[in-house]
Amino acid sequence: MAEPQMVMYAEEFHQIQGIVDSLVKSSNASVVFIIDKNGQLIAASGDSEHIDTTSLASLTAGNIAATGGMAKLLREREFTTQFHEGEKANIHIQLVDNRVILVVIFDKKTSLGLVRLRVKKSSESLGEIFQVLATKAQGSGQTPFAEITDDDIDNLFND
Amino acid sequence: MSFINYLSREINCKLVYYGPGLCGKTANLQYIYNKTNPGARGKMISLATETERTLFFDFLPLALGEIRGFKTRFHLYTVPGQVFYDASRKLILKGVDGVVFVADSQIARMEANMESLENLRTNLAEQGYSLDSMPFVIQYNKRDMPGVAPVEELRQMLNPNNAPEFEAVAPTGVGVFDTLKAVAKLVLTELKKAGG
Ligand SMILES: Nc1nc2c(ncn2[C@@H]2O[C@H](COP(=O)(O)OP(=O)(O)OP(=O)(O)O)[C@@H](O)[C@H]2O)c(=O)[nH]1
Ligand SMILES: [Mg+2]
Repeated sequence: MAEPQMVMYAEEFHQIQGIVDSLVKSSNASVVFIIDKNGQLIAASGDSEHIDTTSLASLTAGNIAATGGMAKLLREREFTTQFHEGEKANIHIQLVDNRVILVVIFDKKTSLGLVRLRVKKSSESLGEIFQVLATKAQGSGQTPFAEITDDDIDNLFND
Repeated sequence: MSFINYLSREINCKLVYYGPGLCGKTANLQYIYNKTNPGARGKMISLATETERTLFFDFLPLALGEIRGFKTRFHLYTVPGQVFYDASRKLILKGVDGVVFVADSQIARMEANMESLENLRTNLAEQGYSLDSMPFVIQYNKRDMPGVAPVEELRQMLNPNNAPEFEAVAPTGVGVFDTLKAVAKLVLTELKKAGG
């Protein structure tokens, strides 16, 4: 496989969730979520029930992929930050360690300056956790799928 | 690159539908979307031109069910088939776990099929993948159209390595779920190997 397997364990998940939860509060944002570069949602916090996080995750990943492609053409390193300003909602997108994407959605209750500041701090902590996860994933070489049988797979489709 | 979440006990995999322009990739996802129980799927997102050609990708998240207590989720993507969108195709292939090549069975599209398949190989190779050693199935679509090539001929041109193959008419669903199941099964089997 060209890319390593991404895994998530309880310990790291709780750390990540903690960072995301406190980022919502400290930046006064509406919603914060973290996705991987393929658009899989990793964690979310804030008022995320009213938005379609799955769709947003895949579009954000597409967006990061597209700007990453542009950067390459310009022989730039990745553009790590994006900001889109709307009438009510604003969205701040931060690429963390070239591995995961931190998305903050906020409104007039806060400011871009504060969001930026808090995102920067959170990114550092997140970077460290995802580094640990990457190392763990390489070391394990074990998936829960090792023991599945062909029947298990077939059964998935018999409904 | 599949994503295993031990906490929520979920496994996420990425499937990509590839093939020449107008071969029916988007039609495959639309049929799957329409026939899947709303509880098992998310919204389908289509980033398309005004003439409904795929501009960047279509995206459809599906939940297939559980295996050994793990929820299996598949993210289905289509690429834009038009030749000049190659940069976008490369991006969408990133992290792919399984590929469906949708061929257009019309004789007039034979060259476009071969070109697209070659393009798929090239773009996968750039990422260090090889089509021959990854979950891959091929669908001969548009079997209802006049002027289609016989399947043996398509096989000879496009499927020398005998990947699982299916005849299809995507808008009416012929072969659509068979194709999806086959590639999903190969992906899960691959995960099983990786863990063994
Ligand atoms: N008769 C017939 N028409 C089909 C079939 N599959 C797709 N079509 C039609 O062909 C046209 C193009 O199909 P799409 O699914 O949009 O093609 P695509 O591969 O996504 O094309 P791009 O987005 O440009 O790459 C649509 O009008 C479909 O309804 C088929 O099996 N039979
Ligand atoms: Mg399309």
